Amino acid sequence: MSTTMKPSLIAATVAALVISAGVARAVEQPFDQIQGGRYQAVLGDCAGCHTAPGGKPYAGGVALQTPFGTLVAPNITPDRETGIGAWSEEDFRRALKQGIGHGGERLYPAMPYPAYTKMTDSDVAALWAYFQTIEPVSNEVHSNQLPFPFNIRLLMAGWNWLNFTPGEFKADPNKSDQWNRGAYLVEGAGHCSVCHAPKSALGADKGAMTGTVLQGWFAPNITGNLHDGVGQWSVDDIVAYLKTGVGRGSVGSGPMREVIENSTSKMNDADLKAIAVYLKDLPGGEGKGPAPVAKDSPAMQTGARIYAVNCSACHNGDGSGQVNLFPKLAGNSVVQQGDPTSLIHVVLAGSQGAATDAQPTTPAMPSLAWRLTDQQVADVLTYIRNSWGNAAPPVAPDAVRKLRDSTKGGS
Amino acid sequence: MARKLPRKDVVIVGLGWTGAILAHELTDAGLDVVAIERGPWRDTATDFNIGYMPDELRYAVRRDLFLQPAQEAITMRNNVSETALPMRDYGSFLPGTGVGGAGVHWNGHTWRFDPADFQLKTHLTERYGAERIADLQVEDWGVTYDEMENAYDRFEYLCGISGKAGNLGGNIQDGGNPFEGARKREYPLPPMKMTYAPTLFAQAAKSLGLHPFPTPSANLSKPYVNPLGIGMGECTYCGFCERFGCANYSKSSAQTTILPVLMRKSNFEARCNSEVMQVNLDPSGKMAKSVTYVDSSGVEWEQPAEMVLLCAYGLHNARLMMLSNIGKIYDPQTGEGTVGRNYCYQTNAGMQLFFDDKNFNPFIAAGACGQTVDDFNGDHFDHGPVDFVGGAGINCIPTNGRPIGFRPVPPGTPRWGSEWKKATKDNYLKSFAFSSQGSSYAARGNYLDLDPTYKDRFGRPLLRMTFDFPDNDIRMSHWVSDRMEEIAKALNPKKYVSGKRNKSWNSVPYQSTHNTGGATMGANPKTSAVNKYLQSWDVPNVFVIGASAFQQNAGKNPTGTVGALAFHAADAIRNQYLRNPGAPLVQA
Repeated sequence: MSTTMKPSLIAATVAALVISAGVARAVEQPFDQIQGGRYQAVLGDCAGCHTAPGGKPYAGGVALQTPFGTLVAPNITPDRETGIGAWSEEDFRRALKQGIGHGGERLYPAMPYPAYTKMTDSDVAALWAYFQTIEPVSNEVHSNQLPFPFNIRLLMAGWNWLNFTPGEFKADPNKSDQWNRGAYLVEGAGHCSVCHAPKSALGADKGAMTGTVLQGWFAPNITGNLHDGVGQWSVDDIVAYLKTGVGRGSVGSGPMREVIENSTSKMNDADLKAIAVYLKDLPGGEGKGPAPVAKDSPAMQTGARIYAVNCSACHNGDGSGQVNLFPKLAGNSVVQQGDPTSLIHVVLAGSQGAATDAQPTTPAMPSLAWRLTDQQVADVLTYIRNSWGNAAPPVAPDAVRKLRDSTKGGS
Repeated sequence: MARKLPRKDVVIVGLGWTGAILAHELTDAGLDVVAIERGPWRDTATDFNIGYMPDELRYAVRRDLFLQPAQEAITMRNNVSETALPMRDYGSFLPGTGVGGAGVHWNGHTWRFDPADFQLKTHLTERYGAERIADLQVEDWGVTYDEMENAYDRFEYLCGISGKAGNLGGNIQDGGNPFEGARKREYPLPPMKMTYAPTLFAQAAKSLGLHPFPTPSANLSKPYVNPLGIGMGECTYCGFCERFGCANYSKSSAQTTILPVLMRKSNFEARCNSEVMQVNLDPSGKMAKSVTYVDSSGVEWEQPAEMVLLCAYGLHNARLMMLSNIGKIYDPQTGEGTVGRNYCYQTNAGMQLFFDDKNFNPFIAAGACGQTVDDFNGDHFDHGPVDFVGGAGINCIPTNGRPIGFRPVPPGTPRWGSEWKKATKDNYLKSFAFSSQGSSYAARGNYLDLDPTYKDRFGRPLLRMTFDFPDNDIRMSHWVSDRMEEIAKALNPKKYVSGKRNKSWNSVPYQSTHNTGGATMGANPKTSAVNKYLQSWDVPNVFVIGASAFQQNAGKNPTGTVGALAFHAADAIRNQYLRNPGAPLVQA
């Protein structure tokens, strides 16, 4: 008994010492700055990667599947051995704004320093102050699980030379303060482009946020494009979506669910409005959809029957959905993305909506993979994407097959 | 030897309607709550998947969502002269199991009991004299309808009940139930769209001077957002309610009205597939200290807590009290003891009609979409000239036209073969039924106790049910069947068949899952197991919440009153008990 007790007692004592050290440091920081830093952590959704499900806050452990291999988000609690407790504030700033770690090592841009570089020094200082106050957790994380040659961090020096423009956000004097605040949040801490901008072969953002595939989902076009962007969304629609998870008949799900739950639902209304104003103003193509697929085509005819049997009970025969519960399909920009990956994903694997204080329902779409063939999924989606005024390219059964193979065993 | 767990403020046994309501209320009050549920976790999209939920064989015939006798059986007999035997299959009633409990697979009829129901002994004695109820054991509940009104209202708004008020603040409303107690406001949603059979039924009833109205329904007539902020969908009239979970978020249940909010709370935890063996009392026998439960791997755990709330199905609440020595088990010979006392049921009868020239499309239906006539229920009419007390609601609520179960054929049709097939084809669209749901009044010989012979898989005695329909209730039901015949005649069918209720109670054919009593509430500890706040008279940190508290059953579905009792108990705990935990709220 005593032999098993000892190590845990020692661990407890060490933990107590470290906690008291953390608290002692915390009291030296001004309260407002720490609160501001907490909000910066919300804006940057640090928890999204650095807090593992069910784990201690910011103790790391979320594995990120990149096209180049697996990276695990490190422990960023102020633990000296396994976290960032031995870092200086300058180390922290360099990591966020230049992608260079405590020991001079190059960070991978899965840590979105190409976006965080736009943050002001005072916001970074506040974030640093906040991180000094969180509970230090001893949790060793091996971040770099990439295969050779990507596991060579020095390669990132070359990557940066090609893809990385360091430097703080510069306001556009021709735009309003609100627009500029939105731009600062979207391009900086919010790092929206990491998911929503197409990527180069090297994984760098390429162009406007017109949408791209990641982790089996298509992060949609969030430019002001009137067809498949947020051009038709009002500012209030966008604010409601980001704040509550439900807006303009859409329910946030997929990877955006976590972003809403951890980050945007906790942002203040002024910032959400600023983000909406900025996004709506972003150019993103001509804003016209393709000609809808002809109603009498075989895919549309079959799709209509599959829709009536499988979908209409919740989404209604006219695609109008139900308020706060079942997404509206008619006129929904997310349904009309050029790339149907997210729709296929939802039909095959099901999906659950984001849970927020304002919208706690978390309605879920059941998995229909066991029930519908690749051809049937393709046909019903072609039908949904081209009915009730919608227009989008038809869905190919092959695209369904590929996603079915990659989502087997879970969503 | 049970492994002991860290102490909680509250342990709740069973996570159905009452468990979920109490958990939500008490976590809101800041308490640390764990609910222990013997069945599985159940969630709409996963477990009531639209793709396979309407599987009649799996859910209605094989009863996939229900408690199975291998988990817990009940022994039954009609009177004390018989030896009770275990029901090898549940038939007459079907208790639920799993998260959401029987609230998952109910039809959704959501009633308030009458003001007189809560003070039945006093009311009947004053109006007809004590002699009229001498062969019954009816009691007052210790609360009044007026005390319950707010709790009813909260449950109805939690659920989004679709209906039409008949009595707003004492003003009788056209189109509602003119016999109901006064309510402070309308139902949250308007009535459902009416199908053809109930429409005809209502016309016929009106032609006889009766007062039909839309049955209050937990199948939602419109999309709804409840006071917790949870959204629900509009009913699709698919006809898969009773025995099924709702795939469309359209039927009120713990899943659709409470759990999304409850499960996000850091001070709540649900432990499923874990069966509570008993409540453990301290050496004085006057305070509960913990519950013992067994998880799905057979490991035994002890969960200490400041309070224990029994929120299982009513029958199981009574049995858990007996197994835990909370209160004294009722003895019908001496009339002493209260746990197991006043077990009541429901006294139902049917009326099937066959037409040549009508098409009812019975597959367009919902569990609570229909019309009710309440003129002959409770004490809505003068019982002076008749030889019984009580009454029945007459309900025309065609719940489904499902392919296996719904095969109306006239008497004399063979049970199988080509003639049966032809009769099925001829009558499927052209037949409908209505029924009487009658009160069940307590009698001295109807009760629950522990079986002396048969044990469950853990070695605990089974619950023994001793029950038969009291003569009073049979006379009542026959009289109401005669009234139903008058309505049937007014509908002018080709043929009608009256299915009357007769002795003795048979546990095999399905009748009703409205088992009430066994841990009744009241003002007198000699005739009730819990006080008016559902607090045990004997162990004051135990509350027993459910239909177990009914002193007798009215001619109405119990869930509305069960939900209201949950809010009523929650208020008492939050506003009174927590000020002085462990103390009785009513002095015995």
